[in-house]
Amino acid sequence: MNVIEIIRILIVLFILIGGFLSLVAAFGVLRLPDVYTRNHAASKAATLGVLSVLLGTFLYFYVEEGHFNSRVILGIVFIFVTSPVAGHLISRAAYNSGVKLWSNSVQDDLKRKKSKQK
Amino acid sequence: MKTNDLILQTTTKVVLFIIILFSVYIFFAGHYTPGGGFVGGLLTSGAIILLTLAFDMKTVKQILPFNYIYMAATGLLFAGGTAAGSLLFNVPFLTHAFGDVNIPILGETALHTATLFDLGVFLVVVGVTMTIIQTIGVDE
Repeated sequence: MNVIEIIRILIVLFILIGGFLSLVAAFGVLRLPDVYTRNHAASKAATLGVLSVLLGTFLYFYVEEGHFNSRVILGIVFIFVTSPVAGHLISRAAYNSGVKLWSNSVQDDLKRKKSKQK
Repeated sequence: MKTNDLILQTTTKVVLFIIILFSVYIFFAGHYTPGGGFVGGLLTSGAIILLTLAFDMKTVKQILPFNYIYMAATGLLFAGGTAAGSLLFNVPFLTHAFGDVNIPILGETALHTATLFDLGVFLVVVGVTMTIIQTIGVDE
């Protein structure tokens, strides 16, 4: 088994892991109880899922066709930077517009500060 | 309530350069690969809109002091000028020319007048999009 074969197996693994993580993110959005936990599932698992699919795509075109596609690398960096920030902004917008936490939550440290500002 | 936009603004400062770079790449790659003036123009205006979202309109006007209506007019002038320039050489309207030109620093480069036409499209798209966004975004 030479290096090309090993990299081919890696490509398959990357794409399968990416698909699996995106599926986990979708199940998390369906099953979790409130906006914040759902956002936690969506922004984390989906980011890593998309990253591994892109990495698999990049490796495939590099190994099979000898084509170094720098746009995919740029896309990986871009999604890695922007997706968590998008999650943060959605969560903050939800908190500031008064979306309730899950009823079993035990602690809400921002509550005092928010009621003081009003 | 004044919100703290530090995370959004810092990310915008980093991401803006990636988007602008990508739009310039798309603009120049349009002759041989998917892309061109329209997509490049939309990406550039998308970057400016991201800047407007993270900061406010007055700051963006200070950073980029363009009159976007003039920008759209300049783009139309470029496109029309490229089209009318062919008449000077006694060939039909909109005939393009190309050739290998020896530029001092860059060396021998293949140039095509369709790039000038595309630059016109780019400027019109950026100008029109930003005019629409700024006109909608102003609160009296």
